[in-house]
Amino acid sequence: MSEIAVKTKAQQTPQVTGAPKAVTALDDRLAAMSLPQGGFSAPARAEALSRLRVMGLPGPRDEYWRYTDPRLFNVPGPQPLPFDAKAPESPLFAQRDTLTLVFVDGAFDASSSDELALEGIEITTLAHADAAGDHWAAGLYGALEAAGQQPVKRPFAALNSAAAADGVLIRVTGTPSKPVHVLHRRAADAADAVWHHVIRLEEGAELTFLESGMVGARSNAVIEVDLAQGAKLHHITAKRAIDPKVGLSHLFARVAEGAVLKSFSLAVNGTHMRHEAVIDMAGDDAVAHVAAAVLGDGATGRFHHDDTVFITHGAERGESRQVFKKVLKNGATGVFQGKILVKQGAQKTDGYQISQALLLDEASQFLAKPELEIYADDVKCSHGSTTGAIDEHALFYLRSRGVPMDRAIVFLVLSFLADALEEVEDEGLRAEINERLEEWLTSHA
Amino acid sequence: MLKINDLHVKLEEEDKQILKGLTLEVPAGEVHAIMGPNGSGKSTLSYVLSGRDGYEVTGGDATLDGASLLEMEPEDRAAAGLFLAFQYPVEIPGVGNMTFLRTAVNAQRKARGEAELSSGDFLKIVRAKAAELQISPEMLKRPVNVGFSGGEKKRNEILQMAMLEPRMCILDETDSGLDVDAMRLVSDGVNALRSPDRSFLVITHYQRLLNHIQPDVVHIMSNGRIIKSGGPELALQVEENGYGDLLAEAG
Repeated sequence: MSEIAVKTKAQQTPQVTGAPKAVTALDDRLAAMSLPQGGFSAPARAEALSRLRVMGLPGPRDEYWRYTDPRLFNVPGPQPLPFDAKAPESPLFAQRDTLTLVFVDGAFDASSSDELALEGIEITTLAHADAAGDHWAAGLYGALEAAGQQPVKRPFAALNSAAAADGVLIRVTGTPSKPVHVLHRRAADAADAVWHHVIRLEEGAELTFLESGMVGARSNAVIEVDLAQGAKLHHITAKRAIDPKVGLSHLFARVAEGAVLKSFSLAVNGTHMRHEAVIDMAGDDAVAHVAAAVLGDGATGRFHHDDTVFITHGAERGESRQVFKKVLKNGATGVFQGKILVKQGAQKTDGYQISQALLLDEASQFLAKPELEIYADDVKCSHGSTTGAIDEHALFYLRSRGVPMDRAIVFLVLSFLADALEEVEDEGLRAEINERLEEWLTSHA
Repeated sequence: MLKINDLHVKLEEEDKQILKGLTLEVPAGEVHAIMGPNGSGKSTLSYVLSGRDGYEVTGGDATLDGASLLEMEPEDRAAAGLFLAFQYPVEIPGVGNMTFLRTAVNAQRKARGEAELSSGDFLKIVRAKAAELQISPEMLKRPVNVGFSGGEKKRNEILQMAMLEPRMCILDETDSGLDVDAMRLVSDGVNALRSPDRSFLVITHYQRLLNHIQPDVVHIMSNGRIIKSGGPELALQVEENGYGDLLAEAG
């Protein structure tokens, strides 16, 4: 953990020819989308669009996009991804008792979903709420995204707020008896899905929010999470990507006094992905844990997975924890950019960050940029980043018991990922994710 | 059962010869002990026999029931009946002890063409054997060796041995780090496994372990060779006088 592995990669970037061209690229990008009009979100969408016009799309020379080429997100449309409707689905969490909302290419499909009724929550969809007019989410939609644009610009999040066709809006007042589960399905080959969820937990409320299923050729997701005092959200996302999937997501969260956010994501395959988490530890004693387990195989072309995290401690005794683990092979690239910002006065902050890569061959690489910026004088913050291969001694131990080599490697990969999975509190969910990982590893050994 | 003939081994990455013509035979049903000063090559011998990377065999051979071990992968040696109880058992977070044990048992059964144990049968057997070694059901559920005390790790090694039922067991300083009670438990576990068709090679620094696990033959190893073999009294002699006399005698 003492070793900080930062490997810089020579980037071949095209010449940037000044601002006018960037505006054109953005215009092209916007022209390819249909921006929703009217409804409760209209003012927020208009603001997001003007934010975006000021920012423009990121260029490859943008420092925040140093390790991940933004061009696949900049182009007007994705490369089509043929969809086999007969392919078995078997998404995670499907066997559980959940309130399930099915989204097809980012749009709510009422006919395949459960009735939107569950004690302790108000739940509707963005498109539906927009059609109906006034809504409680009016003060929140786009607001956390807007706040999260400082100090680092996140143009694709603003693009999402402006353009999201649908999403789920959840207000929790109690402790619902079961999780809310958004299950994604695909339909069109060249789907460019843009969805935006808003989740508000009132004082002392609790929710488990799951996302799974398959997403299309390209996706841009935003989740805005607002946790009132003492609220607790478990957020688990385990979407299945298929090459050549291009995906981008942002989680914006505001955590009030004594509230708890636990967010875990599982990523298996895909082509070019970036997930950002922007967390504002606004209240005293706030807790936020973000974790990810990533399995990347570059064998089918390319694998690039970027986790970018920005946690701001603005109050006392906040506890934040980042645990990111990536298993990479066949020329896969993993990226981690994680920052903990402790503002003046955020005394007794406890910030922890670990990012680790297990490289299964020499062709794969991990690029890590851990950052701490601290303006308070009584805090505990640590970060570590390691890149390593399979532990030969442990491998020998397992094999000496008769466990065949490929099976032993599966064990050691699961072992490597265990710390990230520990962040899933619910044992049943954790076991299900672990089982899925094991299946995947066994079939791809 | 185990025959080692004129074995020469060097480190792969350094020009350093560790075993320099070691010859040893452990017949079926016997317990042999190897004692020797630090650096004599005892642990290397155990690793080379079980197939750890990093060593190069430059001469000689080692066979188990007539089959040459040195060309086999570690898992194949295990399936052939070889077991090494590690001096420092490895911790594997995130992998349950039971899952690991069951995978190992069934992989070996499969390699030998036997039917795999059902989870019910496996559970019954492992619970009974764990109880004999005072390994709690809670310990079985924990990740492999994680949070285990030194004694618990060694008992877990013996549990693995009991479950895998190897023909040839090598114990590499199994007594290190054990208190008196733990040593008795581990020894009882080993003694319970003694049988006419199972052999043991016990590597130790101290005669004390041999009070509990009584050897048929004691070998003294120094500088990569067996320099003297004898009965249990040889271990007592070492305990009494150290290795000095024996080394001088061997020249």
